[in-house]
Amino acid sequence: MDAVLIQLLNGLDKGAAYALIALGLTLVFGTLGVVNFAHGALFLIGAFCAVTFQKIVTISKKVLDPNITYFDAYIEQPYLEIWFGETGLAIIDYAVPLSLFLAIPVMLLVGLAMERGLIQFFYKRTHAEQILVTFGLAIVLQEIIRHFFGANPIPTPAPDIVSGSAPIGSWIGLGESFVYPWWRLIYLVSSVAIISSVFAFLNMTTFGMVVRAGMTNRQMVGFLGINIQRKFTIIFALAAVVAGIAGVMYAPILPPDYHLGMDFLVISFVIVVVGGMGSLRGAVAAGFLLGVLQSLAAMTAVNAILPGISQIVIYLVAVVVLLTRPRGLMGRKGVMDE
Amino acid sequence: MNIFSKKSTPRLMLLFSIGVLTMPIWLDPIGASYPDLLQKFVIFGIFAIGYNILFGLTGYLSFGHAVFLGVGSYTAVWSFKLLTMNVIPAIIFSTIMAGLIAAAIGYVSLRRSGIYFSILTLAFAQMFYNLAYSVLTPITNGETGLQLTMHDPRIIDNALSRTVETGLPSTDLFGISMNGYSGFYFCAVMLIIAFYIYLKIFNSPFGMKLKGIKSNQKRMKYIGSDTRPYLIAAFVISGMFAGLAGSLMAVTDPLAGAERMQWTASGEVILMTILGGVGTVFGPLLGVGIIKYLENIFSAINESVLHNFFSFMPQWGENSLVAITAPFVGEGWHLTLGLLFMLIVIFLPGGVMEGFQKIKSRFFDKQSKEDSSASKESNNV
Amino acid sequence: MTNRVKKIVALQRSPTMSNTVLKITNVNKSFGGLLALNNINLEIERGTVHAIIGPNGAGKSTLLNVCIGLLTPDTGEVIFNGGEKIIGKKPHEINQIGLTRVFQTPEIFPDLTLLENVMLPALSKRDGSYKLSIFKQMSSETEIESQAIDALKTIGMDDRSSDVIAANLSRGDKRRLELAMCLVQKPELLLLDEPTAGMARHDTNQTIELLKQIKQGGMTKIIIEHDMHVVFSVADKISVLARGAIIATGTPDEIRANPLVKEAYLGGAEL
Repeated sequence: MDAVLIQLLNGLDKGAAYALIALGLTLVFGTLGVVNFAHGALFLIGAFCAVTFQKIVTISKKVLDPNITYFDAYIEQPYLEIWFGETGLAIIDYAVPLSLFLAIPVMLLVGLAMERGLIQFFYKRTHAEQILVTFGLAIVLQEIIRHFFGANPIPTPAPDIVSGSAPIGSWIGLGESFVYPWWRLIYLVSSVAIISSVFAFLNMTTFGMVVRAGMTNRQMVGFLGINIQRKFTIIFALAAVVAGIAGVMYAPILPPDYHLGMDFLVISFVIVVVGGMGSLRGAVAAGFLLGVLQSLAAMTAVNAILPGISQIVIYLVAVVVLLTRPRGLMGRKGVMDE
Repeated sequence: MNIFSKKSTPRLMLLFSIGVLTMPIWLDPIGASYPDLLQKFVIFGIFAIGYNILFGLTGYLSFGHAVFLGVGSYTAVWSFKLLTMNVIPAIIFSTIMAGLIAAAIGYVSLRRSGIYFSILTLAFAQMFYNLAYSVLTPITNGETGLQLTMHDPRIIDNALSRTVETGLPSTDLFGISMNGYSGFYFCAVMLIIAFYIYLKIFNSPFGMKLKGIKSNQKRMKYIGSDTRPYLIAAFVISGMFAGLAGSLMAVTDPLAGAERMQWTASGEVILMTILGGVGTVFGPLLGVGIIKYLENIFSAINESVLHNFFSFMPQWGENSLVAITAPFVGEGWHLTLGLLFMLIVIFLPGGVMEGFQKIKSRFFDKQSKEDSSASKESNNV
Repeated sequence: MTNRVKKIVALQRSPTMSNTVLKITNVNKSFGGLLALNNINLEIERGTVHAIIGPNGAGKSTLLNVCIGLLTPDTGEVIFNGGEKIIGKKPHEINQIGLTRVFQTPEIFPDLTLLENVMLPALSKRDGSYKLSIFKQMSSETEIESQAIDALKTIGMDDRSSDVIAANLSRGDKRRLELAMCLVQKPELLLLDEPTAGMARHDTNQTIELLKQIKQGGMTKIIIEHDMHVVFSVADKISVLARGAIIATGTPDEIRANPLVKEAYLGGAEL
């Protein structure tokens, strides 16, 4: 029972990442009508914002090691520690959450640049061409990251205070031994918070209303004299920020490397399609669902019967769903109907 | 329309065959005539023209064709291990196997069209990659890849006493070892045969119907054609071409790995097809030639080569130029490739062949200019 | 002999060769709460041009879509040539038995040439719904090519260089091309969905002339139209649809004189 619960939580975690990425993808596809294969790269850039911030705050210089006295030995000491002592160390410790201050503006800029510089020229072109050009962009971005950061995963630890595990067992009465890493809990909670704010934004603001209208009937909204173009740019930037934040927070869970974006991209698209293209709720639901499914399928008990199923279960489910329920779980009529 | 469409097939095939078989000669001046690279040209040539039958003619964008490449490789290596080092059974089994898997994947994926189809093929590609990497390891040997060993049964070879004293045998065509140039010539002959079939398909009623599907699938149905079997046929045929290419990879280097099946590997053939000119007869081959040739050059350049190149400049000039160009060469070849891809899709989606057409019409075709302005006038009535 | 030829021969041999090309019986169709088609019963006579008219929202397009097999009605049947059920068949099957249609926005093959546009339907007719002919070459398909050229002649477009890409045509020409694509298959029944929609006067007249011209041996036509000028120029029979039901069927003169019809058009615009 414990094992199942842990896997469930693991799955929710991963599912949260999937849901966040799928949410952004669906927003872009539903409003702009653009298939963005570079969306995974946005997740990647977010994660590497965390990496970059960490690198910056740990810039060090060689300093005499006070502990070794009989010859001159040097250790690396971060400038922040030299200048600010304890506070400096604290900043380094909290590098990942603090990097959000760097990531959000960066992602906004990247999103804006991408939309204005490339995506807007592809609104009228075929889906195939959109896929191809954004695929090219994804490769370019990935290779740039690889050039500057190398090919190996770069560990970006969470703050010390949350590096341990939370005694969930005691909270929900399942015994002291049942624990779950703090950071992963924080990830889950913050993801849900982000998703809720996006939905709140869409449902409770005028801007959001226009967006939702645009999702159902783009032409009409244009005829109503609303400058949908600027709103598209903002939406794209919003999707970029969401993906970026998801990336930042995920960095401690999975040390980022340059092909992180591509790894998540395929699954994200599969999820968007399973959830139903054009359905935000579908994307989120499918994200969590498939994350959990993948996790449960990785359990040793399951593996004993069907070895290796966890690797392919998502794709099998996607195939089955696409064949039996072509509109996805929650897709709406009229969106990409064949 | 294709500038070569007026030539009769036998003449074209003759020219093509001569061109391919003499590649070691005319590629020598640009330093592209060694066996490894030549083999890559023809093997990817087969892959690309097969892919063009699907993507170029029907417009369906598949990310899964690398799967068939992998299936071809694995099947060939198993043929070498179990039966014989003779390449003929290997390539036959590979092509058939790839065709079967393509039929299965195509049957499912083609129930949808457009972007749904593409994502389905994407899902299948990842699935098969994962299967090869970690699930079906008895067959694929997972991460390490499938290789020849001393203990391979090689039933037929042993029965015919075709064994070697020491080490591993090499692949052969009835006694001719398939290494180096002889390997290339075998693959070249395969390309010629494949190209013949490809040309026939292009100019056949079947090919024309595929073009109709790309142009207006709805109308195709309403003129009485059931589009689904045509699409599945195109998918399977292109899968078989890919399987053949995969088997030839194993013929020239008896090794099969899972990374060959990743969907990003499909990206490479998509790029080649688009760069050359999707939907044209020669576009894919052009694309293969350009990409593989550039890859060959760019991957081999490293910093010292760059320094040599820019050594005529003063030190600061040399260093800054090297710093600017370094990310794009060597390992950075993929960056260059990605940028090239984007540029082509943005500015010249018809590829190099479209570029040729534009140049041709601007400089050579005064006649067509008059024709087009005349027809424009009659349209305005 | 193709299946279609066999059927025609068989029908001609049978003692009761039906004069009814299409028989629509008891068709009802609702969308949600809206009754779009209300107990439609209609027989289309062979060789006639049968127009279906009616005010906006009367259900004309819905009826056409049922006839062509796109929509499944809640009740009722559509029988072709006294034997073939239309409902439940796929578009390509329906075409193969002899029905073809023209769409409101001309559906042609934009990236192909004029000649190719017309050769494809001819090929499709000959080959059936699927034929894997890889080694045959288009250059040897002279019979198909001449059929296509004949069809282009019929619509008066054989003077153009057949190399013209279809996308470059004007809308009126696209419509003519589409007609040629239908005609080359020598269909028994041709359905036209507002063939002159959005056309300028000149194009409309051209289309009328064309429709009058192509009285190919026995071909029946069903036309859905708004433009009364077109209707009264070409139709042999007219059915009037209002609020999902047929309120009158008859010759143009009968319809003109029918008071119910005038009423249905909201105060009776002069017909």
